[in-house]
Amino acid sequence: MSPGELKEYLAAQERKSFLRFLTCGSVDDGKSTLIGRLLYDTKLIFEDQLKTLEKDSKKHGTTGDDIDFALLLDGLESEREQGITIDVAYRFFSTSKRKFIVADTPGHEQYTRNMATGASTADLAVILVDARKGVLTQTRRHAFICSLLRIRHVILAINKIDLAHYSQDIFESIDHEFRDFADKLGFASIVSIPLSARFGDNVINQSLSMPWYSGPTLLAHLESIDVSTDLEAMSFRMPVQWVNRPNLDFRGFAGTIASGRIAPGDRVVVANSGRLSTVARIVTQNGDLREAGAGDAVTLTLDDEVDVSRGDMLAAAGERPDVSDQFAAHIIWMSEEELLPGRQYLIKIGARSVPATITELKHKIDVNSLEHFAAKTLQLNEVGYCNLSASVPIAFDRYASNRHTGSFIVIDRFTNGTVGAGMIEFGLRRATNVHWQALDINKQVRASQKGQKPVMLWFTGLSGSGKSTIANIVEKKLNLSGRHTYLLDGDNVRHGLNRDLGFTDADRVENIRRVAETAKLFVDAGLIVLVSFISPFRSERRTARELVQQGEFLEVYVDTPLEVCMSRDPKGLYKRAQAGEIKNFTGLDSPYEPPEAAEIHVNTVDLSPEAAADAIIEKLRAENLIA
Amino acid sequence: MHSTPTVSTKLQPPTRSHLARLEAESIFIMREVAAEFSNPVMLYSIGKDSSVMLHLAMKAFYPAKPPFPLLHVDTTWKFREMITFRDKTVSRLGLNLLVHINEEGTKRGINPFDSGSAIHTQVMKTEGLKQALDKYGFDAAFGGARRDEEKSRAKERIFSFRTASHAWDPKNQRPELWNLFNTRVHKGESIRVFPLSNWTELDIWQYILVERIPLVPLYFAAKRPVVERGGALIMRDDDRMKLAPGEHVRERLVRFRTLGCYPLTGAIESSAATLEDVVAEMLTARTSERQGRVIDQDESASMEKKKREGYF
Repeated sequence: MSPGELKEYLAAQERKSFLRFLTCGSVDDGKSTLIGRLLYDTKLIFEDQLKTLEKDSKKHGTTGDDIDFALLLDGLESEREQGITIDVAYRFFSTSKRKFIVADTPGHEQYTRNMATGASTADLAVILVDARKGVLTQTRRHAFICSLLRIRHVILAINKIDLAHYSQDIFESIDHEFRDFADKLGFASIVSIPLSARFGDNVINQSLSMPWYSGPTLLAHLESIDVSTDLEAMSFRMPVQWVNRPNLDFRGFAGTIASGRIAPGDRVVVANSGRLSTVARIVTQNGDLREAGAGDAVTLTLDDEVDVSRGDMLAAAGERPDVSDQFAAHIIWMSEEELLPGRQYLIKIGARSVPATITELKHKIDVNSLEHFAAKTLQLNEVGYCNLSASVPIAFDRYASNRHTGSFIVIDRFTNGTVGAGMIEFGLRRATNVHWQALDINKQVRASQKGQKPVMLWFTGLSGSGKSTIANIVEKKLNLSGRHTYLLDGDNVRHGLNRDLGFTDADRVENIRRVAETAKLFVDAGLIVLVSFISPFRSERRTARELVQQGEFLEVYVDTPLEVCMSRDPKGLYKRAQAGEIKNFTGLDSPYEPPEAAEIHVNTVDLSPEAAADAIIEKLRAENLIA
Repeated sequence: MHSTPTVSTKLQPPTRSHLARLEAESIFIMREVAAEFSNPVMLYSIGKDSSVMLHLAMKAFYPAKPPFPLLHVDTTWKFREMITFRDKTVSRLGLNLLVHINEEGTKRGINPFDSGSAIHTQVMKTEGLKQALDKYGFDAAFGGARRDEEKSRAKERIFSFRTASHAWDPKNQRPELWNLFNTRVHKGESIRVFPLSNWTELDIWQYILVERIPLVPLYFAAKRPVVERGGALIMRDDDRMKLAPGEHVRERLVRFRTLGCYPLTGAIESSAATLEDVVAEMLTARTSERQGRVIDQDESASMEKKKREGYF
């Protein structure tokens, strides 16, 4: 290759357009085989890789003496052993016209979250169908998830047509069946192609066995389809990732422009605070830019000293995003542990992570019929429509109008796992219309009138552990010494405020949420509040802790072993639970998560309730909460 | 819908080039790490991918310096030219470099010749890396691996979770949607971050060419003393390499497609002496770049196994 040729070649590389797509569909429809075929036919497999592939095909292959292309992609040991795809694989190939990143995603329902991972960054989906099996539940599920994630273009690859006699009738009936379903999903384009990944028909070369098919081959369509959305024509948005302060004279806001364009002199607003400013410079190592647009990673400086930190969003002053702490969103649930409305999770949106709860699960969606069903929780791989409430207002756009500023992930606060993916439909106006009423008489005033410091004493432990007995003694002692107290007892509250709740995990979470909010009001009233609830989950106890100020929450772990509680069985509940009369009984068929760092730990095996109460009073003194 | 009156009248810029897109993606990833982790580090292995990664880091935080140190896990068997280049680069850019050697391994006399490539890599590289990460308590570590290099890498997340014992569980990776990276870890756990995940070998070379990124001279053809051993051309970089009967050191015109420990890195015969020559040669190559690495060839799934044990 001469220097001139090289230059021309590299320039051509830079001119190529770019497409990210995924392959999805049911198990054994041949997704990995199809990509392997594309790589092979576009001559992107090196000789040494081919040699390894031939060796592997003999060992693990399922295609007799032929090369098993799926083995090019199924890179994990357990995938090769089981002959299935577990996780998404990213592959790269290019033709003379385009560069491609393809995500090969798994077909099994249990790995749907990995399929969604691949779909979230794709602009087109190739949905495979086995010509002999037609449209299956997984086909519909994947089409639905693609539409939910706003993939606008779909190719229905009707594969293994060689095993269906290259039949036009079969092709057309599958095509019709799919369109009947997909019409409701609002794709911009659907193109069906009959093909054989194993033998290469209509993958790159027009098949000779299907003269009735005059449409494009898969590659021809991938190379020519226009999937672009003009992000630069949209309103300017830039989540601030990092504040760049190398010295006192420079303060830059680093981020990647999510949409729109920006130039020095443009007016911008800090979405959350509503403060206005003007862009002074667009700083890069290669010199200042006269303008920048969606996709550029830049550092902006502003004309004045407005307060901006990581997590803020800079937006066009005249076209602002929604700012609200309440919004409605679709959520794909990705954890084996079910979604619990009322539980506090973290959500990450843009460069900001905030605590948030699902306040209402409006419905879940059946992937087969797209019908809506009432639901209390979401299980792994289920899709629901919910209202969320964040601990602080956040800036966002509708996901339908901006994929970058309308998406969020849900993170479990204890495992740190990514448990859900969310797409915002719209902000709920409640938050902006219900303003906080500032009151003149506050907690301090109320507490000082009583001559005490308000505090929440949270008793947790198994049923029959002695929580209520001890809490009762503590309250009596405090009352005798002139303290103003209130005791919230689990059983009692269930007779009134919470009588509509049962004992499922979802109801337990709501039970604790209401009690914690009530206890918070009592703390605000200046009282010493004793809460005696089994409260089995760490998440909810942590939520209660975070409702009040630091130092106002003391967790009391009444640590009585299950066997002791069972032998005491003061209300005969364990006996009934063991007889199967009570379901979801904590410690038996419903979990209890013991505190990891309770402020007070009492053991009722060695201590009498009286002595345990004294230990608690002693701790209150030590913490300077009572004199 | 096509003629909204509010659309700005600015000139339509050329569509962002492929390299510009990749560059922006990598910068985004690096900034995310700098902002969210308390103690990140960048693994610097001196090769071409590390050089590109470092170049991107300089851009990501400009005018500030990257807010994290570099870490080189030195197996003591790197080419001498690599070490010279490393020290020159660090002083040119004014960065903080940490060098870690697994002293326990050196004491035990581990070396690629007598211990074998697998043990040497396990002890000096993987164990050494884990020691260094534990010693400094890093909660995030950048690596320059790309998804196009190898099958198990193609399956790995950009933010790849590691347990407190540095293990990767490929069957239980966190879903990674959009560009919303989950950076949360408990004490002792960490994340390996791969900002070059979506780059291909061609992209790397093309970027080096466009940005004129300095590289270790070993990538370019020169007369070098090599021994033919096990079908590979091994450069005798110092006299720790003993010759077997019948083996001869010959000056041959060679270069390297990847760099690692010199006894484990095969050279290729080549006359490509400039960056342009190297790229031109790469474009006509019929073998993948890792082929020169002795350590990957033991078995098909060897990379996954190493990664589960904590290798990058």
